[in-house]
Amino acid sequence: MDKWQDNRAWFLVLPVFVIVAFSALIPLMTVVNYSVQDIFGPGETVFVGTEWFKQMLGDYRLHDALLRQFLFSGLVLLIEIPLGILIALAMPKKGWGVSISLVTLALPLLIPWNVIGTIWIIFTRPDIGLFGVGINSLNLLEVPFDHTATPLYAWITVMLMEVWHWTPLVALLAYAGLRAIPDAYYQAARIDGASPWATFWYIQLPKMRGVLTIAVLLRWMDSFLIYAEPFVLTGGGPGNSTTFLSIYLVKIALLQFDLGPGAAFSLIYFLIVLLFSFIFYQVLQTVGKGEKG
Amino acid sequence: MKPKKKTIGLLIYFVLLILPIYWMLNMSLRSNADILASFSLYPRNITFVNYLNILTDSSWYMGYVNSMLYVFMNTVISLSFALPAAYAFSRYRFLGDGQMFFWLLTNRMAPAAVFALPFFQLYSTIGLLDTHIAVALAHCLFNIPLAVWILEGFMSGIPKEIDETAFIDGYKFPRFFITIFIPLIRAGVGVTAFFCFMFSWVELLFARTLTVTAAKPISAIMTRTISATGLDYGLLAAAGILTIIPGALVIWFVRNHLAKGFALGRV
Repeated sequence: MDKWQDNRAWFLVLPVFVIVAFSALIPLMTVVNYSVQDIFGPGETVFVGTEWFKQMLGDYRLHDALLRQFLFSGLVLLIEIPLGILIALAMPKKGWGVSISLVTLALPLLIPWNVIGTIWIIFTRPDIGLFGVGINSLNLLEVPFDHTATPLYAWITVMLMEVWHWTPLVALLAYAGLRAIPDAYYQAARIDGASPWATFWYIQLPKMRGVLTIAVLLRWMDSFLIYAEPFVLTGGGPGNSTTFLSIYLVKIALLQFDLGPGAAFSLIYFLIVLLFSFIFYQVLQTVGKGEKG
Repeated sequence: MKPKKKTIGLLIYFVLLILPIYWMLNMSLRSNADILASFSLYPRNITFVNYLNILTDSSWYMGYVNSMLYVFMNTVISLSFALPAAYAFSRYRFLGDGQMFFWLLTNRMAPAAVFALPFFQLYSTIGLLDTHIAVALAHCLFNIPLAVWILEGFMSGIPKEIDETAFIDGYKFPRFFITIFIPLIRAGVGVTAFFCFMFSWVELLFARTLTVTAAKPISAIMTRTISATGLDYGLLAAAGILTIIPGALVIWFVRNHLAKGFALGRV
C-alpha cells in the first residue's frame, strides 16, 4: 500500500512524542549526569569524566553477571520461540476451544511479576512445594532438589519459571500470525501435495515473520532486563549464581548507593540491549524476504 | 501430527500451565500450621482465614483500588495518545517516520531498575509523587510504544480507499476518525487495551517507587506484609491468588474480542 507523503502527519505523532519524551529523555539525562559525576551530597558534585565507565568495565562481577545474562536470554529465546510456535500450531482454529485456550494462555501473563516469584517459591520448595517434594520423592537426583542450596537447581527453577511465564506470549503472537494466513494458501499447498512440514516451512513460518519479529524482540528485551521474578525467587543466589544484570545493578545503585557507577553501568546495559535489538530487527526483516516472498 | 496427538499435547501443556497456580490456591485455603505440618495434594480442612485477614484490612483492599485506578488511567491515556499516532504511521510517509518508530520502541529497552531513581526525582519535582496519575504516566513509557506498534498493524489492514471515500464525502478528519475509522478497528483497540492493562497491572518497580501510601499498588503491599509477618505461606498464597483474580476477570470479559482480534491476525 502506497502511503501519502505529508509532513503534517507529525501533528498526529506529536502528542505521543511529547508524553514519551517527558518520561524517557528527562530521566535519561539525569542518568547521564550521574554517570560522569561524583556525588557527595545535595549540591556537592565533582565532574569525574569517564572514571565510572572504566571502573564498571573492569569489574569482574559485572563480567560474570553479563555472561550469565547472555546465557539466560539465549536459552530463553532458544526454548520459548520454538515451543511457542508448537503450541500455536496445536491450538484449535474454531469453536469453544479457542476461547478456553486463549484465556488459559493469557493467565500467567496477567500475574504481577513479584507474585510470579512467590508462586514458584511455593511450588518448588522441597518441604511444601509440589515440584520440590515430587521430584525428591522420585529419588533420581544425587543431591536432593533445593533451589536455595545448589546453583544448578536454582538455574533450572528460574528457567522453568521464565518458560512457564512467557512462552504463552510467544504462543499468542504466533497464533495471531497463523490465523492471518488466508485459506487459499493451504488449498494451494494441498493441490501441490505438500507435506505438513513443507507447509510449515514454506507457508506458515514465512507468514509468521512479522509477529515472530515482535515476539523475539519482546522476549529479548524483557528477558535481558528481568528483575522482579528471580529476585523474589532466589534473591540472586545461591552465591551469585542467579545474579542477573538488573539484580546486580540494583545492588550497586540503590543498595550501596553508588549512583555514579550504577548510572554508567545502566547506560552500557541500555546500549547492549539497543544494539542487539537493532541486529535482531534487521536480521528478521531481511531473512526469508528474498527466497520465500 | 495427527489432530488427536496435537490435542493431547496441548492438554498436557495446559495442565502444566495451571499446576503452579493450583498449588498456590491449595496453599491459600490452608492455615500456615497445617501447611508446615503435612504435605497434601488438596486442602483437607478448607479455611478462609487467610482471605479474611486480607479482606478486613483496609490497607489491603485499598491496594486493589489503587492498582485498578492507575491501570485504568494508563490504558485510557495510552490508547488516546497512540490512536492518532498509529494512524499517522500507517497512512503517511513523513520526515523521520522510521527513526521515530524505532525510537519509540527503544523506550522499552532501558533498565527500569536504574531509571526508577530519576523517575522518583522527576515526579517529586513536579509534585506528582504518590498519585495515581504519576504511575499511569510512568507506565506510558512502555505502553504507548507497544500500543502504537499493535494499532499500526491493525490500521494497515484497513484499505486506504475507505479514508479517501470519506474525505470525498466531506468528512473532516476528527469526525471520520472517531465515527468511522475507530469502529472499524475496534477488535484491534480491544487487543491493545488488553496489552496495556496487562503490562501496567504486572509492573511493580515503577509503581512501588512512585508511591508512598496513598496510591500504593496491591503487589507492593503484598511484599511489605510478607516481610512484616515472616513466612506465613498461607497468607502469602491468598494474597497471590487475590492479585490473579482481576487479571483473570479481564481476560474472561475480553476473550471474544481477543479471539476476533487474533483472527484478524494483526497483532
